[in-house]
Order: sequence, then C-alpha cells, then structure tokens
Amino acid sequence: MKRVYVNEEWCLGCHLCEYNCAFANSGMKYMTDALKGKKIFPRIHVEGKDKISFAVSCRHCTDPICVKSCIAGAISQKDGVVKIDKNKCVGCLTCVLVCPYGALSAGENGIMQKCELCLENSCGEPACVLGCPNRAIVYEERGEEK
Amino acid sequence: MKQYVIIGNGVAAAGCIEGIRSVDADSKITVVSEENHAVYCRPLISYYLEGKTTPAKMNYRSDDYYEKMKCEVIYGKKAVKIDTSSKKVVLSDKTELPYDSVCVAAGSKPFVPPFEGLDTVSKKFSFMTLDDTFALENAIDENSRVFIVGAGLIGLKCAEGLHGRVKSITVCDLADRVLSSILDSECAPIMQKHLEDNGIEFMLSDTPARFEGNRAIMKSGKTVDFDVLVLAVGVRANTALVKDIGGEVNRGIIVNDKMETSVSDIYAAGDCTEGMDISCGQKRVLALLPNAYMQGHAAGVNMAGGREVFDKAVPMNSIGFFGLHIMTAGSYDGEMLEEKTENGLKRFFVRDGLLAGFILFGETERAGIYTSLVREKTPLDTVDFEILKKISSSAAFSPEIRRKKFGGVV
Repeated sequence: MKRVYVNEEWCLGCHLCEYNCAFANSGMKYMTDALKGKKIFPRIHVEGKDKISFAVSCRHCTDPICVKSCIAGAISQKDGVVKIDKNKCVGCLTCVLVCPYGALSAGENGIMQKCELCLENSCGEPACVLGCPNRAIVYEERGEEK
Repeated sequence: MKQYVIIGNGVAAAGCIEGIRSVDADSKITVVSEENHAVYCRPLISYYLEGKTTPAKMNYRSDDYYEKMKCEVIYGKKAVKIDTSSKKVVLSDKTELPYDSVCVAAGSKPFVPPFEGLDTVSKKFSFMTLDDTFALENAIDENSRVFIVGAGLIGLKCAEGLHGRVKSITVCDLADRVLSSILDSECAPIMQKHLEDNGIEFMLSDTPARFEGNRAIMKSGKTVDFDVLVLAVGVRANTALVKDIGGEVNRGIIVNDKMETSVSDIYAAGDCTEGMDISCGQKRVLALLPNAYMQGHAAGVNMAGGREVFDKAVPMNSIGFFGLHIMTAGSYDGEMLEEKTENGLKRFFVRDGLLAGFILFGETERAGIYTSLVREKTPLDTVDFEILKKISSSAAFSPEIRRKKFGGVV
C-alpha cells in the first residue's frame, strides 16, 4: 500500500505539512477560515534537533500496537489503513502510551486523531505530501517487509 | 476441522478469536460467556457513569462480530470443569463442549475482605462489570454519600465517574497513598491533592474494622456514614479451572510466552494469567487490556497451529482524573532521574543501562517512545537520552534508526 515516507535530509522544518493537514481535515473551503488565528491540531508534526528536522505521522504499521491496545475498541485497520472511530474514543491516551513513533495526538476536544492518509476527506490523498515544497515527505509504495 | 473452546468473553477472548481466525478460517469456536453481554470495553465503565460513552458505543466489536468470526457464544453459563481425559469443557448446566484446545480467558473477580458486619450494609457494590455499573447507577442519587474502599485504579475511576452525580465521595485505603500500585510516594500526593481539589475526600492508612448498617467504623476509630458502599479493594485472578486439573497456578494461571499453561492443549490469556513482566524479569499478573488482547491473540494463533509469541509484556497505564493525565510503565527499580517541566513531572528509572520504567505527570506527549524503550530493552547508550528526558522525540535516535522507522514499512 502507499504510505507517507520521510526524507529527513530534505526537510526544511517549515511546518507547511502541519498547516495543510489541519486544513484538509477541517472540512472548510478556505484556508484562512480554517487556520488563521487558531491553534491548529494537525495529525503530522515536525520534530527535530539542531539542523535535523522531520515530519512524523502514522506509519500505518503492518501490526499496529495501537489497534491492539485501544481500550475503547475505537482503532481499527482496514486495507492497511489505521483509523480511529472518534465516536467511540474516550480520550484515555492509551494509544499515545503505546505508539513507538509518537504518531497520535489529541484533537481540539480531547478526542484522539491520527493520519488517515486524507483518503476520506476532500483532498483524497495526503495533503501534507501535496504541499511539501521539497519532497521531504512522499506518498508512495515501498517494499512490504513483513 | 478442530474444535476450540474459549472460556470467557472479554478482550482476551476477542484476541483469541482473532488469533485463531488469522490461521484457521473455518473450525468451530465456542465462547462461554458468564456475562450476558457481547464483548465490551470493561475499562470504560467509569466513562459510562461520567456520561462520556454509552453501552452501545462500549461494544468492543461490531454487532455482527461473532457471526463474521463464525463463533457460537453461550451466554449466562459458567464453565465449571475441564475434563482433560475426555477433552470436554463442562458447563454449569452440565452441557459438555468437546475441544481440541481451550483458552481460559476467565478474567478476575473482586476480592472482598471478610469485613465484620458487611452483611448489614444494604447498598454495596463492586465495580468490575457493566452489570455492577448499572446496579450502582440505580442505587445512587444526588443526595447519596458514597464510600469507596480502595484508592487504586478501580476505586478512583469509580470516584471520578460518580463525581457530580452524588452528594459526596469518600475513599479509604489501607495504603498510605493513592494509586499505590503505579505511583511512588512522591508522585501519589500530587494526584491526591488534585483529586481533593475536585471534591474527593480521602482516609488513607485506614480501613473499615466493621460495618454497622450504613456506618463504617474504621481501624483508626473514626466513623464514616454513607448511603452507598463500593468495594474496590482488589481483584483475584480466576484460576480454579486450571488449578483443579493440576495446572501450575500462582496468583494467576502460569503461562509461557506462547500462552500455554502447564497442561497440554490448555492455553490461558488475560487477567487470569501470570506471565513474564520483562521490565522486572519476574512472572506477574498484568491485568491490563492491551496485554489481554495480545496474550489472547498469541494463544489463538498457537491453538490453531500457527506460531506467535508474546514476550514483550510490561505493566503500563494511561489514566487521567479530572483533566490531569498520568502515564506509567515498567518497574521503578533503578536509578531515578527526574525532569521537571512547565506542565508536569517526569521520572525515569534506569537499570543496567536500560530504561526500566517511568512515571509521567501531566506531560504525556509521544510517551510511546519511552514505552518502546522499555518494551524493546533498547540500550540507552544507543540513543540521546539527554534529549529524551526533556522531550520525547525520535530526534533522540540515530539517523539510521529514523530511516528505518520513517522510511520503511514497519
């Protein structure tokens, strides 16, 4: 399956991916309405130190420990994509405690959110990748190791 | 075609069903469910009291789950015996279920100390099951004075769930601190103060000596008048089925990393078991939902002739009360390193160059990176632990490790 992969040597740390993510998942028509003057809750986060930066979003693991650990049965995997049912999530953060990549975070209302590859929003493919100026994140098929 | 019997219908059983079906699509699976409910999210009962979820949303799996998984569920009956010579599980109504392999996922039951006069208390409850929760909910109103015996995870989650729905909540515990199983003596008072600020009252290092109707006379001589009593002293693993057939049992049913008990063709998973806690190198009962699922899954795969080991079990808890979140994992035996941050407190316990465990107060972002260090026993000299102590980030790993994590299929 296609996933988002990171080329950290090309990441400028510009945080555009975070804005594009928050906009794509806002359901709004205009970026200013969705983002301007607001605290944003993206599902991808730029991390780094010194001159290194890289963007972290869900790896859509082949054997996701968040799915097995969710105490609300709210996280599931279908066709490789790990999804969260926000209706069932109670915000206990157990998924945060188990994800080795640090890929999940709470949304504005305390309910968890995660990258679902923009497959079900109006973007249709990862908005973070489409907007990355330097191909520091790419959306592609790489070898299945397992 | 094989015949599988799963005793219990909690999350370990669901893991077992899914483990079996990942190997064997068709053989018969029979699930014995003492509770008259499809598998539900047991840890959510306090969230239900709080109004944050509903019984429908608490279902762990979809409505057509058992049908899709081709399972027969026998509700409202209890497995009373495993007959290893005829290879049958015998139920309370004498029904016999032939098996090729069994998974005992029988969970645990509340431990109720023999308090003098407990039988004189009219409204007393445990807080373990959905039915306990409905019964408790029926017994309370806005004038109720609730007395909870036990300031552990169950007792305090119950207190949080009831908060705002009753007049007062008093919690006692024989221990000198709250959450004594997961918090050390410096961290526990911080949480206690936070709970007290939210109106929960505590009587620590104290326990009822006897009950006289709606009054508890404490060991200290103090008295507590209450309307509703919740007993959350502790739990005991349901081990009898395996003990009765000579299987190795300690505080839980002893399992290896394939979830085999010492009796052939009998597996066990979940809160009834005692497996290896790799953070301390000893067998322990780890009654946690993630472990229950993963143990159940491993049991199921192995029962169906596949091979799966679960050898990464560590205690871990993510739990919040009134907006203050804590996360803990592993064991606290080792050199303690503390980081105070603007919003919280982090304590790390380092032993033999490995992260043995941690306590995070308030600041919990990306805590799974820490948990993975405990679970994977990552030597701390291979990561930049000075960065990690301050901020949980993959920036602390080498570029090669990051390339594997973020550039490949994991």
